[in-house]
Formats: sequence, C-alpha cells, structure tokens
Amino acid sequence: MTLDSFSFMRHEILLLAVIILLLIAEIFIPKNKKSNIVHLVVLLFGVHTVVGIFPMGEESLFGGMFRTNNLIHFFKNVLNIGVFILLLQSTDWIQEKIFSQNRGTEFFLLLFSSLLGMYFMISAGDFLMFYIGLELSTLPVAALTAYETSKRISSEAGIKFILSAGLASGTALFGITLLYASSGSIYFDDIMQLIASDNLTILAFILFFTGLAFKISLVPFHFWTADVYEGAPISVASYLSVISKGSAVFILMIMLFTVLKPLMHIWENLLYLIALATMFMGNLFALRQQNMKRFLAYSSIAQAGFILLGMVTGTQLGTATVVYFVMIYIFSNLAAFGVVQAISLKTGRENMNDYEGLYRTNPNLSLVMMLALFSLAGIPPVAGFFGKFFLFTAAASKGYYLLVFIAVVNVTISLYYYLLVVRAMFIRTNESAIPYFKNKIYMRLGLIIAAAGILVLGLYSPLYDYIYELSSSFCGCDL
Amino acid sequence: MDILTLFIIVPVLTVVALFFSKVLKQARVVSMFGSLIQLVMAINLVFAYIKERAGNNDLMVFTKDVVWFKSFNIHYNVGVDGISVALLLLTAIVVLAGVFISWKMQDLPKEFFISLTVLSVGVYGVFISIDLFTLFVFFEIAVIPMYLLIGIWGSGPKEYSAMKLTLMLMGASSVLLVGILGIYFNSNADGGPLTFNILDIAQVHIPLTAQKLFFPFVFIGFAVISALFPFHTWSPDGHASAPTAVSMLHAGVLMKLGGYGVFRIAIFLLPAGAVHWSWFFIILAAIGVVYGAFSAIRQTDLKYINAYASVSHLGLVLFALLTLNKIAWNGAIIQSLSHGLLTALFFALIGMIYGRTHTRDVSKLGGLMKILPFIGAIYVITGLAYLGLPGFSGFIAEMNIFVGAFQQNSDMFHRILTILVVSSIVVTSVYILRLVGKIMMGPLETNHVNDLPKATWYEKTGILLLMIPVIGIGVAPFWLSDMIMNSIEPFIKGVL
Repeated sequence: MTLDSFSFMRHEILLLAVIILLLIAEIFIPKNKKSNIVHLVVLLFGVHTVVGIFPMGEESLFGGMFRTNNLIHFFKNVLNIGVFILLLQSTDWIQEKIFSQNRGTEFFLLLFSSLLGMYFMISAGDFLMFYIGLELSTLPVAALTAYETSKRISSEAGIKFILSAGLASGTALFGITLLYASSGSIYFDDIMQLIASDNLTILAFILFFTGLAFKISLVPFHFWTADVYEGAPISVASYLSVISKGSAVFILMIMLFTVLKPLMHIWENLLYLIALATMFMGNLFALRQQNMKRFLAYSSIAQAGFILLGMVTGTQLGTATVVYFVMIYIFSNLAAFGVVQAISLKTGRENMNDYEGLYRTNPNLSLVMMLALFSLAGIPPVAGFFGKFFLFTAAASKGYYLLVFIAVVNVTISLYYYLLVVRAMFIRTNESAIPYFKNKIYMRLGLIIAAAGILVLGLYSPLYDYIYELSSSFCGCDL
Repeated sequence: MDILTLFIIVPVLTVVALFFSKVLKQARVVSMFGSLIQLVMAINLVFAYIKERAGNNDLMVFTKDVVWFKSFNIHYNVGVDGISVALLLLTAIVVLAGVFISWKMQDLPKEFFISLTVLSVGVYGVFISIDLFTLFVFFEIAVIPMYLLIGIWGSGPKEYSAMKLTLMLMGASSVLLVGILGIYFNSNADGGPLTFNILDIAQVHIPLTAQKLFFPFVFIGFAVISALFPFHTWSPDGHASAPTAVSMLHAGVLMKLGGYGVFRIAIFLLPAGAVHWSWFFIILAAIGVVYGAFSAIRQTDLKYINAYASVSHLGLVLFALLTLNKIAWNGAIIQSLSHGLLTALFFALIGMIYGRTHTRDVSKLGGLMKILPFIGAIYVITGLAYLGLPGFSGFIAEMNIFVGAFQQNSDMFHRILTILVVSSIVVTSVYILRLVGKIMMGPLETNHVNDLPKATWYEKTGILLLMIPVIGIGVAPFWLSDMIMNSIEPFIKGVL
C-alpha cells in the first residue's frame, strides 16, 4: 500500500476536505454574512461532484477493509448528484429559516457527515467498516430530523427516528456478531467461503437483514417512515427517502449477492414475501393520505417493494436493474420533494387539496410534479417506466411471473393515488389556489436538473447498458 | 429520416411548437398544420406502399431497425404492412377531423391540443412498431393523455369517468406486460437469442404450455381497450364524459389498438394459445356484441347510445378475429376502419348538436332536420351506414365477418354463435332508426330556438373528411380489401 492508494478513496477524502473547509469557514465568516455560506457549499460540493465523476479502477485497501470498483464508484456519483440536487433545493429554506437561528452551517456538516458514512458503508470490505459507515450515516440524520426545533413535531420525529434507528442498528450488530460466531471472520471475502446454512447463520442473517430493512423501510420495519417524514424538514425527508434509502438498497444488494449468496435459498423466499407485503402495505396506505409528505413516504415504501423484485433474482440482470431503478427513483423523488419543498416554503401548505388548481397559477411547478409522479407511477416515456419494466423483466427472468403479476396489480393501484395529485393540480380549480410565485435560482436549477434526469435517463439507453456492464465486473454474481 | 419515423417526428415537433404557442388561434393553426402534414404523409404512404408491395414480398416493408437497449436486445424497429397502412390513414383522418371539431376550444387550448397530439403519437407508434417493447411503450403513451383530456375538458362526472377509464386501461396494459415478458423469455425456445422482435418471435416455436399460459394475458391486455365484455364498463362512462374530439379519437382510433394488438401480437405470436382459448373468448366477444346492442336501445343520452354501439361493433371485431378465419379477419380489419370513421362522425355530430341545443337527451330533441339540415342529413347518412346499408363501409365489413364466420367454420358451436351475433344487426337497426326518427324527423320540440346557428366551415370540413372515405370504402372496397387480404395471408398460416 502506497500513498497512491489513497487516490482510490477520492470521494471520501474530498468530502472530508469539504467538511473541514466548511468548519473553517464557519469559524471565520462573520455572523452577519454567514448566510452567504450556502454559495460556498454549493460551489464546494459541485466541485466535489464533478471531480468524483472521473473514472477510477478497482482496488482493495487496508487489508480488505475498504474496497472500490466501477459499480461502487458509479453509485457514489449517483449519490453525489442526488445530494447536489438536494442542496440546490434546500438552500432557500436554510437561508430563510435556519440561518436566522445561526445554525445553518451545521446542517451541511451533518448532511455531509452522513453522506461520508454512506460512502464508507457501500465501500466496506468487512463488517467493521460496514457498521461504522452505517452508524455514521444514521446518527447525523437523527439530528437533522429534529432540526426545526421550533416545531414540536420535528423534535418528535427526531426522537422516533433515533430510537428506532438505534434498535435497528443494534439488531444488525447482533446479527453481525452471530455471523462472526458462525464463520470466524468479519471479512466479506472470507465469510463468503466459510458460511454454511446452519441455523445460527440463518438467525444471524435475519437479524442483520432487519437492520438494513429498517433503513429501506421494508414492511414490517416501516412504521417510523410516515411519522418521521411528516415531522422532519422536507429536505431531510427527501434525503431519507432517496439518498439514505438508495445507499441502503445498494449495500443490501451487494451483501445478498456476494457475502450471503450461499444463503440464497433462504433470502429469495424471504424477499419474495417481503416484496409482496411492502408493495401492498405501501400502496394501500398511500391511497388515503392527505399530507404530501406522508403521501410520498408511503409511496416510497411501495417503491422499495418494487426494488425487491430485482433483488430477488441474485443475478447480473438483477444488479443492473436495481441500480438503474434506484438512480431513476432518486431523480423522480427529488423532483417531487422539490416541488413540495418550494410550495411549503412560500405558502406553508403541504396538503393535497392545497394543490388544487395549481396548474393554472404555477404551470411549471405542476409540470415538474406531474413528470415526477408519472415517473414514480411508471408511465412512458419518462424514466420510471423503463426502471420498472426492467425490474419486472429481471424478476420474470427467474420465472417469478406470479410476483410480477402481483407487482403490476400494485402498479395500477399506485397509479390511482399518483393520479389523485395530478387531478388536484390539473383538473380541479380552486378560488384560493396557491398564488403564482417565482422560485429563486438554486431551487429552479434543482428542479430543472431533476426533471431533465427524469426525461433523459430512460430514453438514453447507453446508460443502462453501461450499468449492465459494470454489474458484470462487479462480483461474479452470476453463479 | 425514413418514411415511418416521420409519423413520430412530426407530431412530436407539433407538440414542441404548441408548447410555445400562446393563444387559441396559434394553437389550433399549429395543430391543424401538424395533422394536415400527417394526413399528407399517410396518403403518400398508401401510394408508396402499393408501389413497394408490387416488387417486395416481405411481411413488413419500409423497415428500419435501430438498437435501443443492447443488453435486452430491445430495438426501435418499425415497419408496415397493408393493415398498418390502412390504420395509419384512418388515424391521420380522425386526428385532423378532431382538430377541426375542436376549433373553438376555449379552456386551456394549448394543453388540449398537446394532449391530443401526444395521444396520436402513441397510436401511430403502435401501428408502426414491430418490436414488442417499443409497441408497449407507445401503447401506454396513447392511453395516459386520456386522463387529462377527459378530466380537464370533459363534462358530467368527468373525474370519475377519467379515473375509471385510466385505471382500467392501464391495469389492462399492466396485464399485457406480464404477457409480453412471458413471450420475451420464451423467444429463445429454438435456441436463438432472447428478442422482442415480432417477426423473429413468429418464427420461433414457443412451447405449448407457455402459449396457453400467456395468451389470456396478452389477449385481455389488448382486448380491454376494445371494450371486451365484461371489461367494457370504462367505455360508456368515458365516452359520455369526454369532449367531442376526444370521443372521436378514442372510439375512432384508440379502441382500434385492441383489435390490432390481438391480431398482431396475441394471435400471431401465440397461435396455439389462440386456438386453445378462442372458444372461451369468442363467447365473451359474442356476449359483448349482443349486450352492447341491447344496452344501446335503452339509453336516452346520445353519447351513451353511441358508446354502447361501439361496445357492440368492436365486440364484432374481436368476434371475427377469434373465429380464426381469413374472410372474417378481412371483415374485422374493414370493420375497424369503418367503425373508426363512422363513430368519429357520430360523435362529431353529437358534439355539434349538443353545442347548439345544450342537451343530449333524446326525449328533449326532435325535428332537427328542419332547422339544421346539414347536420341532420349527415346524421341520417351516418346512421344508415352504421347499421350496415349496402353502399357504405359498414356493409362490406359485416358481410365479410358473417360470411367468414358462418361458412368456413363448419362446427355447430361457431355457427350458433354467428347466428346469435347476426341478430345484433336487427337490434342496431332498431336503435339507429328510432333515433333518426325521433331527433331528426320527429316533431319539433318546443324548447328549440328556431335560429340555431348553421354548421360552420370548420365543422363541415371535419365532417366531410370523415364522410368521403366512408363512401369510398363502400363503393370501391376492392383496393382496400386487396391491400388487407395480402397482409392477412401470412398471419393466418400460424393458426391453420
């Protein structure tokens, strides 16, 4: 291991540099000019995102604790772009509401620390690194959830999140210890060789799975989701639903397809059942939500159920479709949350019937929202259709036609509640509709990037083919 | 740019142009030019096709193949045969007529024409695609604008109707998705690569069990949009709530996608499945024909009458396709075209009557012939064509269907069904003639003002656009029949 090896930790080191620079800036920028720090944040993180995109090889560092390859690298870039959009969308809120309490910079510090945790989590080569990453990614989010201290509901959400997250990661840790007990190693590569499907291992796996299922909010570990999303600031809810969930899906997939591959006969049945439960629960609960944040919370639970359709396969096709879908999902959900954020910031209204007549007053916002919802519902030609179709193809490739059939029934159910929002915006008219307002430049940029992603990612096929190739080099998971 | 992709490019460009138009005048002119160009292209395509066909015996001509998603072997693959050409022409005519009929659209005109054009992109796309994935993409694109079209510009219980229609049709297309995946993963049965290409799959011997398993998925997926009994309930509500041009496009063109898909995908790719299941679905189709006709008798709303009539007539298309017989298939395609034109005419006329008298209730209308002679005359002609009078397109279609269904299938089951279905012709005459007698010829209703405005130039243009081909097919069916017959030949081989 040489100094050059650190270049393979480019994302981590750069983000750490951003965090330290922000800390210094926080100390030296005078109080009355502090709200300008958001420009610095956007600039620094933008540079970080762009530099991160340059390609990188495969490497394993620190005796296998940390590893990186093209797919992991790609996924980190996707997370970066997601966080970048999120930053653009949340700057107005932070400038207007948070800097007046002189707590603006800390928001970014916490956010970036959590992201750093996710980098380490998805790059982990052993369970120690994995667990540190998991904790680092979770704990700052609890603080972020409770960030609007003036609102009781926000503090409540913070408490709920930290309690359930603590329980979940404790359970996962218990699972990890049992895995260590049965295999005698914490290194993924070793465990893959040593693992046997005895009862202890299966118990260990289930406990471990629980911890991650909590982060992805799979049924029956989803109860925190709606309450936390509703109470948390919208940026944080958005972060939880896309970045946090996306990285958890990714690491769960890596775990299942590599380390826990020998247990496939167990987890494919487990995922099958959980996929069914998650799709139905998410969709049926979403039907009657009025608050947009709760609505998106249940919708994101249902989406997680669809993701499991790709995961149940354990093949290269499954890997590619899951990564592809998560990427599209990040863009779609960010667009939806962005619109909710913009409207909530200007008017403080978050209910579905507040959106009635929105198209006639704010056509552009409504169009972005419609694109996002159509993408989530899986309607062509927007990207979500391709993501879902390919997920279903992956499941069908293993012969799970019944599961696909149930999934398409759920797609139809989900279409109903997505159309409810479209109905409110386009069909209904309202005397006291939300008046026309103009977003600031960052918010507009954030929405435009997300909407452009929704439009382009699906139709631009080389991207999927690229992901498919990356997946093949990934783990030899075509067993 | 090849001749078929233009059918996608031109409407998409129209949408872009519409996006930048500001007022009604700009929007309608833009969409009129857009759809006029499409009509010219469609007519040009007919001649080009006849010329090409003279020296080219491929199943599909004007093909263009571009790799889209390499790892799934998904291609953007287009091509046409005589059936697609005829349906493309129908679409272009109905779209242009629809634009003329919506000339005075007041509320959100730009958005209206955009949705209408997006719908037509989907329909064109389905008719030219020979790749299952591409076809499915276009199929869904065609359905979703209906939600906004009915929801925003509709009347009556529009939210309910729009939601019901969208959910039923999208639900059906979800079922279709399962069927398509089933076909895809069996397309390597002969050892080739997995493919979505319809022509390649047709060469593959898909295992019998898979055919039997997936045929109902594909069939129902497509047939729901053709109002297959008992999944027809979206259709009357949807039509009644939709604005005029949307009813025209929907009944005239969109519902044809169902029959087309059944023919091109379900029966062509899964012939053994079709043979296995046809007895069951043909009963459903026959029920639809008779049930639709009887329901139409009892309706009092002009639009509901036509909606149920559409259920009946499109049931006839499905019925004909399921007889798995060449002459009946020829009839089914002509019926699709003829019904497309006639039902679009009917809905256009109903829209015009409603725009003047503000009612669609049969009991409140009467003697319109005296005050609205142009509309009245066309209404009578349309009605007569609709009930299958010789000299119009409807006669040619139904004649072919019944001859085919009765003659070549010698077994008792099909003959009895055919006799039952033929009875719907009588019922059709009953409701059409009663309607014409009451609202056109009957005594003047007192609440009609005598100075109802005459038909305007744009209404007349729209009507004549639809009327000319109706008479054209009726008087000289052979050119169309030839074009269609040649194209049916390869499809029937699979099931015989």
